[in-house]
Amino acid sequence: MRIAIIDTSTTRAAIISEGLREAGLGDLALIDPAGPLLAQLEAARPEVVLVNLENPSRDVLEDFFAMSRALARPIAMFVDQSDAESTAAAVDAGVSAYIVDGLAKQRIKPVLDLAVRRFQAFARLQNELAEAKNALADRQAVDRAKAILMKRRGLDEPAAYALLRSHAMQSNRRIAEIAEAIVTSDALMGDL
Amino acid sequence: MFRIGFLPLVDAALPILAHEQGFAAAEGVGIELVRDMTWATVRDRLLYGHTDAAHLIAPLAIATTLGRGRPAVPLSVPFVLGLNGNAVTLSTALAQAVELGDGLADPVALGARLRAVATARAAAGTPLRFGVVHRYSSHNYMLRYWLAAVGIQPDRDIEIVVTSPPFAADALAAGEVDGICVGEPWNSIAVDRGVGRIALVTAQIWRRGVEKVLALRNDTMAERGDEVAALLRALHRAAAHFLAPDTAEDSAAILSRPEYCAAPAATVLRAITDRVRLAQDAEALHIPDFMFQYREAANFPWRSQAAWLYSQMTRWDGTPFSPEEAKAAEGVFRPDLYRAALAGSSATLPGASSKMEGSIDSATGVGATQGRLILGSDRFFDGRAFDPDKIPAYLNGLAG
Repeated sequence: MRIAIIDTSTTRAAIISEGLREAGLGDLALIDPAGPLLAQLEAARPEVVLVNLENPSRDVLEDFFAMSRALARPIAMFVDQSDAESTAAAVDAGVSAYIVDGLAKQRIKPVLDLAVRRFQAFARLQNELAEAKNALADRQAVDRAKAILMKRRGLDEPAAYALLRSHAMQSNRRIAEIAEAIVTSDALMGDL
Repeated sequence: MFRIGFLPLVDAALPILAHEQGFAAAEGVGIELVRDMTWATVRDRLLYGHTDAAHLIAPLAIATTLGRGRPAVPLSVPFVLGLNGNAVTLSTALAQAVELGDGLADPVALGARLRAVATARAAAGTPLRFGVVHRYSSHNYMLRYWLAAVGIQPDRDIEIVVTSPPFAADALAAGEVDGICVGEPWNSIAVDRGVGRIALVTAQIWRRGVEKVLALRNDTMAERGDEVAALLRALHRAAAHFLAPDTAEDSAAILSRPEYCAAPAATVLRAITDRVRLAQDAEALHIPDFMFQYREAANFPWRSQAAWLYSQMTRWDGTPFSPEEAKAAEGVFRPDLYRAALAGSSATLPGASSKMEGSIDSATGVGATQGRLILGSDRFFDGRAFDPDKIPAYLNGLAG
């Protein structure tokens, strides 16, 4: 069973294909999002097409599926047609799937379930990465604000931090926000 | 709360304004707008319950109900979000080849010149290629109706491919297509970038062509009828506001925001005031009836509009006419729900649910159970009229 993966994120496509390979589904075609989409699909002749729900090429793809003589007219995966739960889970995870007619349901389900798990894992990774980036940016701002306060007000580090903290509590803002304001104003005001 | 899916297009105006101007809140319903980039995603979110309603191209609501290219899911259309508002934009090279003048082209004269170019290009093995926004779109059917009537056979003399609205101007710029048929602001964006010229507006092909609709799943209609009625009243009030004097600039400012159309406010303002700039350095031209959001009971879902779309679906999908399918297609449009929701409001309610399409030459009074209804010309450019009860005869006439 040949599976084509079309994804605007090449990282996510790699994560999905790795998962499919581990599950013994090694007949894969990774479609290069920078290349000619329809020509690549025509050459791959897949029986299952996995595509991210928000992929900007979906209307083009569906037209191609309806018109294509090269492919055996894949149609959209659908709740009433296949396993309701796994299809709904797929859409919630952001996966849409097209399947050639006549392919047995029980052969599709593991593919879809795996794609869903990989999509979710990718989303978790992205969230964690974003959180880590934010935390790092916050810490840098606080360190720079402390240095400014120490220099300008002649404070030691614990006193500079205490000042930031008490100001944040009084104004009901995050310490990092106060720190950013200090860094910005220092950059604007210079040595005034 | 209604989550409403939409694409960044000027004709998503009514749900956006119903939300932003407080008409929905005044009717006691909440609206949350969900923006996507393709109709496939808008449709899937509706079918799988990510959204409760959608701004949708009318033929796609019918195709989904009939199960074209996918298992069928019945949808309801209780409200039309607008008529026309689309244009045919040619690449600057093709515009030159067909000798576009300063004004809007005449569909027949332009058709003859385009036919000569199309024939030459097909003979050279590089057929002209036009982009439409979706296989099941009014754009596709309007473009094909015009081309076929001027002797250019789509799929034989000319290629028609799909380009989603936000990418249509790019496709034109990249030379992937020679022309596009798309809604605003995407024609104007192509013109302002200097990559295309507007040749025709679709109102020239069919003066009262049905365009976007509000579509809901039938189970939503059954379970939340009262809430849907309140939503329709909010949309009606938004439509009246949209057409009221002195609201255009406000509406353009809202629609142009990044979370909606993400387009320049001046471009959106031109579209909603029926002013169209045909070429990059030209003055905007006033085109009456370019886009039609409210007057003449424009939001009323006439069953005959759905029947015309079905006739074109059989024509271009190459499937035989089926009386059962025709009935199901007409049944997608729900004038009964529109009437029930808007009884007692300021909305004009037509007495009939179906009419001859393309049979009115000049302003004509027609029966209404509420308000007074005068319909303006609704002609097709070739003068043919469509009788929803005689689809096979109509199709035979078109083929000949």
